[in-house]
Amino acid sequence: MYPADFAYYRASSVQDAGRLMNEHPGAKFLAGGHSLIPLLKLRLAVPPALIDIGRIVDLSGVTVANGRLRIGALTPHAEVAASSDVATHAAALADAAGQIGDPAVRNRGTVGGNIAHADPASDLPAVLCALDASIGIVGASGDRTVPASEFFLGMMTTALGEDEIVTHVEIAAGQQHGSAYAKFPHPASRYAVIGVAAVIAADGDACRSAAVAVGGLVPAPVRASNVEQAVSGEALTDASFAKAAQRVGEDLGDEILGDLFASVEYRRAMAPVYVARSLSAAAARARK
Amino acid sequence: MATRLFGSGIRRREDPRLITGSATYTDDLTLPGMVHAAMLRSPHAHATVGTIDISRAQASPGVLAVYTGKDTSDGLQPMPCAWLVPDADLKVATYPCIATDTVRYVGDIVAVVVAEDPYQAYDALDLIDVEYTALPAVTNPAEAAGDGAPQVHADVDKNQAFHWAVSGGDVDAAFKDAEVVVKERIIQQRLIPNAMEPRAALAEYDQASGDLTLWNTTQNPHILRFLNSVVTGVPEDRARIIAPEVGGGFGSKIPAYPGEFITVFCAKQLGRPVKWNETRSENYQATTHGRDHVQEIELAAKKDGTITGLRCTVWAGMGAYLSTAAPGIPTILHGLMLPACYGIPAIKEDVYGVYTNTTPVEAYRGAGRPEATFMVERMVDRLAGEIGMDPADVRKKNLIPAFDDGHDTVTGLTYDSGDYPTALDKLLSHADYARLRAEQATARKSGRYIGLGLSTYVEMCGLGPSQVAGAIGFQGGLWESAIVRVHPTGKVHVFIGTSPHGQGEETTFAQIVADEIGVGADDVKVIHGDTDTTPMGWGTYGSRTTAVGGAALAKAARKVRDKAKVIAAHLLEAAVEDMEFADGKYSVKGSPDKAKSLAEVALMANVAWNMPANVEAGLEASTFYDPPNFTFPFGAHLAVVEVDKATGQVDLKRYVAIDDCGPQINPVIVEGQVHGGVVQGIGQALWEQAVYDDSGQLVTGSMLDYALPRAGRLPEIEVLSTVTPSPHHPLGVKGIGEAGTIASTVAVYNAVMDALGPLGVETIDMPFTPERVWRAIQQATKGH
Ligand SMILES: Cc1cc2nc3c(=O)[nH]c(=O)nc-3n(C[C@H](O)[C@H](O)[C@H](O)COP(=O)(O)OP(=O)(O)OC[C@H]3O[C@@H](n4cnc5c(N)ncnc54)[C@H](O)[C@@H]3O)c2cc1C
Repeated sequence: MYPADFAYYRASSVQDAGRLMNEHPGAKFLAGGHSLIPLLKLRLAVPPALIDIGRIVDLSGVTVANGRLRIGALTPHAEVAASSDVATHAAALADAAGQIGDPAVRNRGTVGGNIAHADPASDLPAVLCALDASIGIVGASGDRTVPASEFFLGMMTTALGEDEIVTHVEIAAGQQHGSAYAKFPHPASRYAVIGVAAVIAADGDACRSAAVAVGGLVPAPVRASNVEQAVSGEALTDASFAKAAQRVGEDLGDEILGDLFASVEYRRAMAPVYVARSLSAAAARARK
Repeated sequence: MATRLFGSGIRRREDPRLITGSATYTDDLTLPGMVHAAMLRSPHAHATVGTIDISRAQASPGVLAVYTGKDTSDGLQPMPCAWLVPDADLKVATYPCIATDTVRYVGDIVAVVVAEDPYQAYDALDLIDVEYTALPAVTNPAEAAGDGAPQVHADVDKNQAFHWAVSGGDVDAAFKDAEVVVKERIIQQRLIPNAMEPRAALAEYDQASGDLTLWNTTQNPHILRFLNSVVTGVPEDRARIIAPEVGGGFGSKIPAYPGEFITVFCAKQLGRPVKWNETRSENYQATTHGRDHVQEIELAAKKDGTITGLRCTVWAGMGAYLSTAAPGIPTILHGLMLPACYGIPAIKEDVYGVYTNTTPVEAYRGAGRPEATFMVERMVDRLAGEIGMDPADVRKKNLIPAFDDGHDTVTGLTYDSGDYPTALDKLLSHADYARLRAEQATARKSGRYIGLGLSTYVEMCGLGPSQVAGAIGFQGGLWESAIVRVHPTGKVHVFIGTSPHGQGEETTFAQIVADEIGVGADDVKVIHGDTDTTPMGWGTYGSRTTAVGGAALAKAARKVRDKAKVIAAHLLEAAVEDMEFADGKYSVKGSPDKAKSLAEVALMANVAWNMPANVEAGLEASTFYDPPNFTFPFGAHLAVVEVDKATGQVDLKRYVAIDDCGPQINPVIVEGQVHGGVVQGIGQALWEQAVYDDSGQLVTGSMLDYALPRAGRLPEIEVLSTVTPSPHHPLGVKGIGEAGTIASTVAVYNAVMDALGPLGVETIDMPFTPERVWRAIQQATKGH
């Protein structure tokens, strides 16, 4: 597989990356390369230049400070999956990161690349929506923070400007809740056919509040607000999860993705199954 | 030396270089002045080709040449088909290396670019303008055989490449008298072999001498040398074919392809070494696929479970052209095996080989035999369901009793030896089948769907007697040869005509020779895969390398041993009759300290200062071994699955394999072969399928869509064996390369159907994607 000609630049800092992007219009940032390089090899992307941000050290790593869990954009999925901080404060994210692709993909692919690429079959977008994460961005016009729910706009479309870089994601730490991710992986690519992230705050044996986001079968993740309402106040039982999960059809919208492996109809039918499974797994953690 | 190496699980000597990445594959080779070829392939499944404008490509940086079919039609003869199955009305359609007026599948080559580097070659491909006029395409073999289907080749009516039939016994009577008949239509979906290493060629042609060296990803370099002489015109004595490290083949590297001959053509024209390396996308499009049968089967039986007859029709997709060995696979290697391990007394099968607008189909691990085993083993389970008998009991009722020297089938084969009942009994007791059935019943009560799937199989391998090869239209022999050469220090070179590519014969063949002549395995180096240095041989496929090549080697080694005995007797001043070979030494019977080691004998043989009268110098022997029969390994496999009723997902929980390949030279290598084979068979049942859309586009064109088995989704495979020697092989060994694939697909299929039995599901097409299983459950339980 032979990509078309491109120039290669390595950025030493976020500012340097911005400068290089300015000098090379149409260039692409290169992080882990696990989405971009395949596109180059198939000549589906033919950028004139790549700006490698992969060695900007301060964009990588997991920290907890001031009540926020912060994950640098260049943190590889494997590190997220193995982080005890992530497991403590955002268990669904650890679940999801640990199920991405295979070990090679998890060692090279990055959180920032995953969300900037915004493949509808990616795992992290739904998780970040359910966890009410915010996404830190730096660009020529300054820094900004965008809530995950406003970041993912559609299939491979985000709120990110051409010259902007994702620097990190942030999630509230120390919340009294349990969260989990349930995934139906494609047997070939391992991408999500359906992925559901659920966050449950428990009140004894009842659900105080819930956040549920669904990905994989929709162009961009959706919050399942009907499910969230239906499950709030109910007992934390599989029966009530199964009942509430039926409401997900109302949340999904009209555009459901289908393919050779799993049709639109089938995915629609499977959505409640995975919503119920993620609620059940989140509840088990919420009770602890 | 006292311990026998035969039977010991010593480590594979191949592994260090493979694991550390130091092995040399074709693409790792670089020659001075080397340039790179890239193939322009048709994006249409069926189209006429108008003008091809290569001017922009020719002017592209680094480009040395662009050739189309017009340029190569003199220099490259059409691709030959080398398995001309007789009595089948075979129609070999013209298969040009580069298409001229018509393209017939997505991937058919229309031009080649040669450039200084591969990037430049690929850039130039984008600059070739081809005028195509799309034609209707047909991809399904049963449809292609029907009335009004698009014609793949104008001169082949109804796309029928051949019609082959086999029959034995009185089938009509069997069905007339049958108490029970079960029927099923089975799709053996098309599979992509997915060798880790895609195909590659490097051709170096000396315009002054006319000598060609071709490094190529082949399973059979000597056959390729012959076919190369036919297609490129380079005579056999001028062509040296080298198969360097070959990263898996599974049958897809048996055939010769246009790609390597086009590479040779370019090297001849340009006088520079040319490398061509296929991309993975090309590998999916243009390296041969496997299976692709539509099968209609009927089984006749008595109510007590006795099988009395089998009748079937198969439409076998051949793809757009007949690949090198393709016609023999759904016929000889398939239909003759239908009596299976039951010795079914009446068989009739019609096989229609059908051209379609798809990638040519070839051997794929098991080649014809998995498709036959599947038919029989599936029908046995259907019969069991129909008469309310346990599938294990139906099998027990029908298995041929143990035999050690020949069982004749109605299809004309003679199984060499077998003990099928013992293999099945061992399987059932190891797995604790009765307990599994009880657990299944309990699970069902709580709404869990567990299924057990059995398959018992026998396969023909060790291809095969050359006289038979001639009778079945194989355009070559099927014997093997070996040379054993002992150097003055007692170190040994072994040269073989087969061409292992991952199976481990560099290790097992050293084990054989070590025992036969009295050296350590590390003293023996096995050399293969180079037509200039190795003796003629027919290659590695059909589980034949050990079954045939190993026999040749054992016989050559025994000749060396006999000569060593004569020399040792001379040196010890003893009579040859008084000599024995014991504990790895050549000694005088009864006086073990009067002995010579092989090294001592070898030194004398090589310096030849003091040789017995009339004995030539040197210590070397060669053999040509033509087997008297095929070998027939067999076994019994069990799969345990659980189906998630809510999603249709299948979880393979347990897999037990009992295989009998005769005495095992290296049990660890046998286990590895079983693992690989079983997993590829499971892949067909659960995940793999090559899918074309109606226009003939390969929808599963990459590993993003084509699902290969992954370690994480498999249980630990429990590998057991029984040992029934082949009566005709000098070492008793049979072959193990394909066994796992032959048995496992239907074991898993039967298990899933067993799980779904209570829901009333009768058939689902493979692979068992969750959606298919879920839909079948929905359909069956509708209204319940
Ligand atoms: C075989 C395979 C299986 C996979 N399976 C899964 C899976 O199961 N689930 C899943 O979620 N993902 C999966 N992925 C995708 C994987 O997670 C990728 O790593 C990820 O989508 C992209 O991250 P990257 O660092 O490799 O980005 P790159 O490929 O380097 O970049 C991707 C895109 O994002 C842009 N970009 C990268 N970083 C930034 C940044 N910091 N700021 C702005 N733009 C940026 C790039 O310019 C490019 O357009 C799989 C990938 C492969 C190859």
